[in-house]
Amino acid sequence: MEKILEVNGLKKTFKLSAKQQKIEKTNEKVKVAVNDLSFTAYRGEVFGLLGSNGAGKTTTLRMLATLIKPDAGDALVNGASIVSEPAKVRSNIGFLTSELKLEEFFTPNYLFDFFSELHGVPVEEAKKRKQDYFDRFGIDKFAEVKVGNLSTGMKQKVSLVISLVHDPDIIIFDEPTNGLDVLTAKVVTDFLLDLKERGKSIIVSTHIFSLIEKICDRVGIVISGQMVICDTLEAIKQGKSLEERFFEIYEDKVGTTDEK
Amino acid sequence: MKNNTLTIIKKEFARFFGDKRMMFTTILMPGLMIYIMYTLMGSLMMGQFVSEDGFVASGYVQNMPEELAPMLKQLPVDWKTVENDAVAEIKTSLEEKEADLLVLFPEQFMETMLSYEVSAEKAAPQIEIYYNSAKPESADVNAMLHAMLEQYEASLTNRFDINEGQGKYDMATDQDMTGQLFSMLLPMLMMTFMFSSCISVAPESIAGEKERGTIATLLVTPMKRSSLALGKIISLSCIALISGVSSFIGTMLSLPNMMSAAGGVDASFYTFGDYAMLLGIILSTVVLLVSFISIISAFAKSIKEATSTCSPMTILTMVVSLVPMMGSEGLKSIGMLFIPVLNSVLCMNNIFAFQADVSRVLLTIGVNIVYSGLMTFGLTRIFNSEKAMFSK
Repeated sequence: MEKILEVNGLKKTFKLSAKQQKIEKTNEKVKVAVNDLSFTAYRGEVFGLLGSNGAGKTTTLRMLATLIKPDAGDALVNGASIVSEPAKVRSNIGFLTSELKLEEFFTPNYLFDFFSELHGVPVEEAKKRKQDYFDRFGIDKFAEVKVGNLSTGMKQKVSLVISLVHDPDIIIFDEPTNGLDVLTAKVVTDFLLDLKERGKSIIVSTHIFSLIEKICDRVGIVISGQMVICDTLEAIKQGKSLEERFFEIYEDKVGTTDEK
Repeated sequence: MKNNTLTIIKKEFARFFGDKRMMFTTILMPGLMIYIMYTLMGSLMMGQFVSEDGFVASGYVQNMPEELAPMLKQLPVDWKTVENDAVAEIKTSLEEKEADLLVLFPEQFMETMLSYEVSAEKAAPQIEIYYNSAKPESADVNAMLHAMLEQYEASLTNRFDINEGQGKYDMATDQDMTGQLFSMLLPMLMMTFMFSSCISVAPESIAGEKERGTIATLLVTPMKRSSLALGKIISLSCIALISGVSSFIGTMLSLPNMMSAAGGVDASFYTFGDYAMLLGIILSTVVLLVSFISIISAFAKSIKEATSTCSPMTILTMVVSLVPMMGSEGLKSIGMLFIPVLNSVLCMNNIFAFQADVSRVLLTIGVNIVYSGLMTFGLTRIFNSEKAMFSK
């Protein structure tokens, strides 16, 4: 199998302000969000990062998308280093997270063209791709409505297609179904499976067990910024449900499943 | 990867020109406001002149009465006696701002004045004082002499008049008047309106994108950060410039109203060259201001934080705009042209006063462009900084 993503010893710390120390109930001035995290993803597979809120999944994906720089370690995305070749990495990936918002003043139609241009997609190709995506997600119906006037589900659909304007080989989605109604969540899940069928490599972070079980080939469980286990879905489950196994692993690592 | 600067510029224009409310407040409002303000100011304008310490004015006097000589000599004026045939020549010197004052006493002034009966229908003996209001020192000593003579006249129960004839006593030309009024008012007003234009667009575009979370969406594209910085600065400068042009149009339209109040003010004295230099200064200043406000906005977490951080700059800009009114010799040094904002104000002041020096204007434009370039580079670095872009 061809490696499409190699993550080696990623580490990221954040300085905590006095206010953040109070919220986090700690006296530590630095929070280790990701600690020596490594894993590999292969071409054509869906890799899931599973963990609780604050485990370090989003920070890891933000590093992979080159939005933030690691304190230590590196990752090769389709052979390009996130540290030394960030622009190359960005042209190889499609990144979707709730942190990325669309200008509410513009319409989906305008934004698709704008981001296609930024990614250097030829006009005809962009036009064809837009037609295809808009048909599939029903965006045609509100293509000329300003994003600010769309519902959460509609916005998520628009964000999703805009992250894919350049038809990237690697798709990184952070909590792709968070906050969506069941119908929109199904559309997104089906689309991810379709992308997988088309040979795309997908990295998904989530805390939703059913999503992982439905779409992932391999899974990495992240607890307190560290990769605790990384294997195929079946190997991790050991014949049990993913939820059951996750809590077993969590208890082994942390000692309790009670929220601090 | 092609340069995405143009794509960013197009998007910024689409964002701005698609928003009618923003278009109104940024483009129409400034012109309208300046029109109303100038029209009101036209009726309120009056010159305030202060001559430099130790200045001795050059004064000419005809038939100076011996009794009044000690009083006149208290003034900071180097008095020279003038004969009838030289009066016209002195008036020309006044127009050319070489002389400061010409005082014509009638012959036998003291005798005529002391024998004058206030109740008589005959006109009182008149003192004529010629000066040039466009020259601060001339206006200053004229005011002092007027005050002195009026006080003296009051002690004599109104036995003589000052400048009561039909003659033109203020020797300032219309061009002088125009230059004086415009150089005093317009640099400050134009700087204020330029700053307002820039502050109304830059924080919205940069701090606003951070606040709304849309900057991150741009930052995950392969676009170079320098393209983003340059695209933002060019498009915002264009928008701010259009807004500045609106202010300028407002100024030009309100000139007739100013003229009617001030008298003799006429913008047609300015040549194409003056307007070209003014445009160059305005353009480079707008780019400089947009670059500066963009940097502040890139560090700010919200539009509100950006605008409040820039607020002291608004006051500072206004204060700097008033500096040329102090008329210090030090302001003429080349070093002053390396101080941003002040250099533009000084150049605009010189252009409006018909004293523009092309080399100084070009140096100012160059300095502004260099500072803007450095700030664009700085903005590129800030777009690369996760601390600046994503700190909560």
